[in-house]
Amino acid sequence: MTATLSPAALEGLLQRAREARDPSLLVAAIPYAQFLGLEIELEGDGVRGRLRYDESLIGDATIPALHGGTIAALLESTAILDVLWREEDEIVLPRTITFTIDYLRSGRPVDTLCRASIVRQGKRVVVVSVSAFQEADESRPIATAVVHLLVARDTSDAD
Amino acid sequence: MTLDVPPDQKAQVCAVMTHGMQARIPHNRALGLEVIDYAASEVWMRLPYDAKLVGNPATGVLHGGAISSLMDAACGFATMIALGGPSPIATLDLRIDYLKPAIPGGDVIAHAHCFKITRHVCFVRGTAYVHDANDPIASVAATFARKARKPKKDGSP
Repeated sequence: MTATLSPAALEGLLQRAREARDPSLLVAAIPYAQFLGLEIELEGDGVRGRLRYDESLIGDATIPALHGGTIAALLESTAILDVLWREEDEIVLPRTITFTIDYLRSGRPVDTLCRASIVRQGKRVVVVSVSAFQEADESRPIATAVVHLLVARDTSDAD
Repeated sequence: MTLDVPPDQKAQVCAVMTHGMQARIPHNRALGLEVIDYAASEVWMRLPYDAKLVGNPATGVLHGGAISSLMDAACGFATMIALGGPSPIATLDLRIDYLKPAIPGGDVIAHAHCFKITRHVCFVRGTAYVHDANDPIASVAATFARKARKPKKDGSP
């Protein structure tokens, strides 16, 4: 593992990604995003997540349906990256406090898209609502989630 | 498969469970999930630490998504043990509280307990920890819907 992501490095990376208007530079630094096939695209003032379909994402081969954990990862990652992308004064990598997901439909073996919306922006805690859908049909989400993210710079309460 | 075996055969049963789970569930195979222990309606499952699952390269801490997959898998597996074997179930909802970051380099163990089964819904709670079960990194609560089996043509159960 050669990549590092200190606060200064994170700020530099975010600045480069914003200048290039290309949030995918952020996930290029995350090994798990590469493992999962997670992509991040610019949308309006924020970002949109995409889970590129691959057979290794299947959780139930008989239907077949995506593994619930992969859908959770898409929702949580999109929430984190949307909040990070919109940060203004202090740049802090948001950390998940709670993550609550409702599974509404089985995930078919195609790409899944995800959109985030910030419900409340606080100084320390941000509440984000995220929704995952397929084939551009936002009216029929396959899962929705609420994510509480910690954006406080102080890491002394890390454990 | 009977789960009531002498202690010295438990490891073998876990190996069989791991093999079956990885064969049925491609993403659990991709993560390398293993069943390491079980009880009447409980399971202990291991996510081996792997650099490809890291969420923050500065710290080497695993991504929350990998923990979510582990928790979903463990909660589902505990439910199936409680139901007496592989059963058609679907996750309704899952809540994870992150109590502290995972320790870089350490395998994550999930313990899930299906504590209530009703006609249509199963209720599960659990924790994830790295070295110490009494110092969890995450806690989880989940519900699963029991899906109706399609009746067989010959009328057998």
